[in-house]
Amino acid sequence: MTAQKDGKPALVSMRGIVKRFGTFTANDHVDLDIRAGEAHALLGENGAGKSTLVKILYGLLEPTGGRIELNGATVSLESPEAARAAGIGMVFQHFSLFENLTVAENIALVLPAGEKIESVAARIEGLTSRYGLKLEPDRPVWTLSAGERQRIEIARCLLQNPKLIILDEPTSVLTPQEADALFSTLNLLRVEGRAILYISHKLEEVRRLCERATVLRAGKVVATCNPREESVRSLAAMMVGTHLVDVRAKPNEAEGPARLSVDGLSLKSEDLHGVSLKDISFAVRGGEVFGIAGIAGNGQDELFSALSGERLARRAGDVHIDGISVGREGINLRRQYGAAFVPEERNGHASAPDFSLSENILLSRHATGEVTRGLSIDVTAAKSIARQIIDSFDVRMSGDDPAARTLSGGNLQKFLVGREVSRKPCVLVLNQPTWGVDAAAAADIRQRLIDLSRQGAAVLVISQDLDELFEIADRMAVIHQGEVSDARLTREVTREEIGLLMAGETARGEGVSHAH
Amino acid sequence: MRIELERRTAQSPVIEFLAPLLAIFAAVLIGGALLSAIGKSPQQAFLVYFVEPFSDAWSLQELAVKASPLILIASGLAFCYRANLWNIGAEGQFVIGGLVGGTIAVVTHGMDHALGGYWILPAMLIAGALAGMCYAMIPAFLRFKLGASEILTSLMLVYIAEITLDYFVRGRLRDPKGFNFPQSVPFEDIARLPFLAEGERLHAGILFALAAVFLASFVFRRTLFGFDVKLVGSAPKAARFAGFSEGRLTFAVFAISGAAAGLAGVCEVAGQIGQLQPVISPGYGFSAIIVAFLGRLQPWGILCAGLVLSLTIIGGENAQIAMKVPLDMSRVFQGTLLMCVLAMDVFTRYRLRLIWRRSA
Repeated sequence: MTAQKDGKPALVSMRGIVKRFGTFTANDHVDLDIRAGEAHALLGENGAGKSTLVKILYGLLEPTGGRIELNGATVSLESPEAARAAGIGMVFQHFSLFENLTVAENIALVLPAGEKIESVAARIEGLTSRYGLKLEPDRPVWTLSAGERQRIEIARCLLQNPKLIILDEPTSVLTPQEADALFSTLNLLRVEGRAILYISHKLEEVRRLCERATVLRAGKVVATCNPREESVRSLAAMMVGTHLVDVRAKPNEAEGPARLSVDGLSLKSEDLHGVSLKDISFAVRGGEVFGIAGIAGNGQDELFSALSGERLARRAGDVHIDGISVGREGINLRRQYGAAFVPEERNGHASAPDFSLSENILLSRHATGEVTRGLSIDVTAAKSIARQIIDSFDVRMSGDDPAARTLSGGNLQKFLVGREVSRKPCVLVLNQPTWGVDAAAAADIRQRLIDLSRQGAAVLVISQDLDELFEIADRMAVIHQGEVSDARLTREVTREEIGLLMAGETARGEGVSHAH
Repeated sequence: MRIELERRTAQSPVIEFLAPLLAIFAAVLIGGALLSAIGKSPQQAFLVYFVEPFSDAWSLQELAVKASPLILIASGLAFCYRANLWNIGAEGQFVIGGLVGGTIAVVTHGMDHALGGYWILPAMLIAGALAGMCYAMIPAFLRFKLGASEILTSLMLVYIAEITLDYFVRGRLRDPKGFNFPQSVPFEDIARLPFLAEGERLHAGILFALAAVFLASFVFRRTLFGFDVKLVGSAPKAARFAGFSEGRLTFAVFAISGAAAGLAGVCEVAGQIGQLQPVISPGYGFSAIIVAFLGRLQPWGILCAGLVLSLTIIGGENAQIAMKVPLDMSRVFQGTLLMCVLAMDVFTRYRLRLIWRRSA
């Protein structure tokens, strides 16, 4: 491959791509050029049309209009098979692996029939030495970390010898160290002349890896730029269309009383491949935001349900709310003691998607008697609470009291956080509060959490997003394999230290308190 | 060519309302085609099925009499189906309710009645409802404790109920002076549901059906329990987040639907039949499943749907007499109706798209 200049024909060109779903236009005359050997970032907020565009390129969706050119010739990519045959590979955000099969078996599944497992192992070795893609062919998948699983997906993709590799939010499940390893692999691929289309909303990463970026907003291309010549702020402004307000947080290190405390909580997982909680202890004080970092699947969901009471702890004393032992009490009693909870899954857990917003108020508010009269429902009260939240949290929606599923992710999350924050709880526990939420809504939600804590509440944020925790948490701990490390003041820890804890690279027991 | 179902962004209330009517229309067309395939005139069948039952007061009352158990059972089943729990065994709960309630009538037959015997009918009704409720607890328990599919267990319990009734009616409950016919003594008047008017067909069973509709409507609309039922069916994880216990709800909805079916069963023997027989139901418990869905699990919809299904039962009997159409034909028609209702449900939620791909 020769060094490229502007004007060199693109490897892949998307021309005037239009995709409509009913009356909604997800892609509106999008042009995208990707040259051989370049790392090209596709930027945009949730709902900007990134996923739709990429699905069209990978043959999963048929465009309503426009055309795709490969090396200057118009092609029809009517299925992922056709896209792969044309040299386009994709690594998805959610892995499609069989937990009980080994690495080699999972990779063999995508190869033509008749390939021997031994030869697959040899090919994996080849990839490891060539791209630094560390894989152990005989390990069963369920024992692997997210980073290792992603490497399987990348290996699957590379065995098809693609000219263009699409990666969808690849670092969302990685530790900073794993992300570094991924970037060096990607750089090696680029040097070979392969193109990379990199979808992310982590702007620092994009500036490190990519030399060109296409920014989408509301389905349209709003800018094409070199991200290295832009700042994170200017990139964010292109994505959002306005300037973002910084979250204001004065660090709070005052010693308030512990309002939520966990003492030696151990809980066996109900799920075969789930994570068991092991001897977890920490305390969240009134007035502070406490962050628990960690890679997805390290026990966050289990910890959340033990704190919320959706799963009961083994002993009453395992969880305290304002000094009261609640380990054996259900979620509604914990709510009555003043605690509030926001689970990770917006649709289907924190809300019932087909229910109206006012009905969704009932979900968490019926426990405290605000929306009930005896056994009957006070519809008027529920509606007026919904209305207050919609107004004070600036929730955008169509209609008067629409079904939860019709709201965008950011607006629904604002409503659900609002539902709990407006109760003025003494303890608020959130799991991934801004996951998949647009930047403006995320900033708004973070500000509300800080404000609530400064009024004296204990706020616990479980999050995979390190940037978020460094922005809002006063103290931080890391969850890894069901164990929670000692809490540290956020201003005293570095990303690298947290990254190492996330990868579990501390001597067992050292980071976890075993006070007797 | 490929067929895709695309989720509609908004469901139009007009379509929601029209869907069951369209389903009935489609079922009538399919039924007509089947009839002409076996050499009967679809036009005549239409008249016999859907017009003649409205022609005189007697058949109009018959319509209400047959609709009552359907509406009562379906109102109970709506609780289960809204919660996504599949009680398919209402037929069995109906039979057990009839058997237990009827047994009281048989045992007290010919006795010197304390308190003038006015306690007998209420005792029968309560015992029938309780028996249906307990019988429905079996699949609920098996599901809760062992994770057994309630669809299979509740269905299989239907056959056990039917055989149990048959056993008792041929055995201990048989009328000793009944010339060995497999049936019980005719119930005394004190053990029978009163007729609403002298010399008419309509008995008090319909009042229970109407009460069930009112009650279900109130519970679904106004109470936390009704909210819980719908929430568990729609988003089980959200129901747990709301602090509702799935186990308790499973037992509650099975108890309600079982009690409704049991009450319908005892009303049938104490109202319509007046004695115990080896078979006391022409499949009410199964037809009620269709009623529940045709009524979109809404109590008032169930009231209308019960009348429609009752029409097909009476029409089926008429067609059997007038046109020598086999009885199975009306069962086939009921099945067709259910399929059409479910298919319409899909189309109200999804848009059908045919995708013609140009070949590469």
